[in-house]
Amino acid sequence: MSKPFDFPKCLKRNTFHYCPGCHHGIVHRLICEVIDELNLKDKTIGLASIGCSCFLYFYIDVDILEAPHGRACSVATGIKRMRPDLFVFTYQGDGDFSAIGLGDSIHAASRGEKITAIMINNTVYGMTGGQVSPTTLLYQKTTTTPLGRDPQREGYPLKVAEILATFEAVAFCARSAVNNPKRVKETKNYLKKAFKAQLENKGFSYVEILSSCPVNWRMDAVSANYHVDKLTEVYPLGIFKELPPKK
Amino acid sequence: MKSKRILVKGVEAIALGALAGGCNCYFGYPITPQNEIPELMSVELPKRGGVFLQAESETSAINMVLGASAVGARAMTSSSSPGISLMSEGFSYLIALELPCVIVNVMRGGPGLGGIEASQGDYFQAVKAPGHGDGKFLVLAPYSCNEAYELTAKAFELAEKYRNPVMILSDAILGQMKEPLTLKSPKIKTLEKDDWILSGAKDRPGRVIKSLFLDSAELAERNLKLKQKYQKMEVEIKFERLAEGSEELIIVAFGSMARICKEAVFNLRARGYPVGFFRPITLFPFPRKALCELAESHQKRKKFLVVELNCGQMVEDVASALCGKGDILSLAYPPSVLPFPEDIEREIIKCLNLSTSLNV
Ligand SMILES: Cc1ncc(C[n+]2csc(CCOP(=O)(O)OP(=O)(O)O)c2C)c(N)n1
Ligand code: SF4
Ligand SMILES: [Mg+2]
Repeated sequence: MSKPFDFPKCLKRNTFHYCPGCHHGIVHRLICEVIDELNLKDKTIGLASIGCSCFLYFYIDVDILEAPHGRACSVATGIKRMRPDLFVFTYQGDGDFSAIGLGDSIHAASRGEKITAIMINNTVYGMTGGQVSPTTLLYQKTTTTPLGRDPQREGYPLKVAEILATFEAVAFCARSAVNNPKRVKETKNYLKKAFKAQLENKGFSYVEILSSCPVNWRMDAVSANYHVDKLTEVYPLGIFKELPPKK
Repeated sequence: MKSKRILVKGVEAIALGALAGGCNCYFGYPITPQNEIPELMSVELPKRGGVFLQAESETSAINMVLGASAVGARAMTSSSSPGISLMSEGFSYLIALELPCVIVNVMRGGPGLGGIEASQGDYFQAVKAPGHGDGKFLVLAPYSCNEAYELTAKAFELAEKYRNPVMILSDAILGQMKEPLTLKSPKIKTLEKDDWILSGAKDRPGRVIKSLFLDSAELAERNLKLKQKYQKMEVEIKFERLAEGSEELIIVAFGSMARICKEAVFNLRARGYPVGFFRPITLFPFPRKALCELAESHQKRKKFLVVELNCGQMVEDVASALCGKGDILSLAYPPSVLPFPEDIEREIIKCLNLSTSLNV
């Protein structure tokens, strides 16, 4: 009997520190599978960012550099410009990529840096206790919007994938989720496309992944998993931009 | 080999020094009075196979430097006071991650937007706390084009030797004035970096460069390790001393102010006044011992007049170095009108006649 899947080579056998029902771990595993399948371990540098996933290096066995909060795309730019032969990806939260780091993210994308950015959009600042983020849904309660996100006060949810898709230098841009097996497979497919866009030197590639944060959503793991479907009403899934293969 | 002499601005001397020191990438954001550095680098680096990139902010620029340094590049950025403030979180990370790089601050007047005149107002920021936490830079303060060239070249070697950022602290006068520069080919060592840089985990486990240490014992150990490194840097201490020790008064000044003061001291010495001159070249580590030795020589209590283009900063380091072994006087010019050597001469004569010292 053949095994449907195996333990990825570059996934370390450490117990995840994430809360039960958190989606960070699933995405870590998918990244490892794609690195293995594309045989990238020898030439990969990952950028850990500041958020719940800052311990990326506990789980993924590649060279990893810790970037200051929001700066992963700039740090990745410095790396990739000096070592274009390496494969460089960032792993960032919605706060990191789209709040404090939006300038760095947007400019790296518009310059067409040959890097891959992965944004875990859980609509809150998980690590600091669940405060409002640019991607928080309207009327969603967070620790700093106790009565819910009011568009008159905190504005509207920021749709990063839709923005980046308008950039000429963006080669691949997609949004997915990992709250059911079909979407897990789809996410892996997007990650592979994004990684390949970089390997083929086509431009900036971006995958946004809608993720659960049961603890800060004040939900049990199962309800939080279902709640991700609610996020897709504001943040539709799919590929927003994909450059054709280079001639 | 015949060395070539050219006429350049101080900031151009810094850029040329960086190239002589093997700098292979530059990331920065425009700000007066240092724009000639990125302009020159944007022409010269691509010619040599290097990388020049204008970032969208100083924050991004310093983080690009951080990434480039982590893969072993000889990375550099330059800015002026407000831009340096914006980079300070990155400075702290670079120190914590033990990543070498060269940072140039061509100081201008502050606080706030201040002005574009020369200032030495960022002395404390450079030598005490370039970023949050306990971190330090090795800080070099040139006072001429030749020195700017040589120290900047050397800075790349020192940065790699200590795996720590090195700052070149210059200012608007030194940066914008033109004088002859002798182009030499300085011998700058390249250090082996394969044992720590990120390069892809080929035939080895993944490597991690990080600054987060949640375990308190581990964090304390890290800090002590960094502290020991700063102590080791003391072998790099450099200063210029024009004093026999028998003088009654020693002027202490660095950078552009030292230029003006040196002339004043020469003029007064020619007229028989008992004055000497001491110029720290490394501002961190500070030449504390050399100052003490000068204070104790000839068993004669001396006055130390600290002249700066700020409201009085280095005077605190001089006072702490001397620890009561001399009388400390402060002559502090806020960034506005520069004194002429004659102004300084008048002040020196006043101080020579002074019977008591100011308390700093
Ligand atoms: C300059 C700076 N400001 C604030 C913080 C505190 N901080 C750490 S993580 C974080 C937010 C993380 O949220 P997100 O990026 O969405 O990641 P998540 O934890 O949700 O995965 C903040 C504000 C910091 N580390 N550095
Ligand atoms: S706080 Fe949220 S994002 Fe962080 S580990 Fe827990 S569930 Fe995951
Ligand atoms: Mg988040």
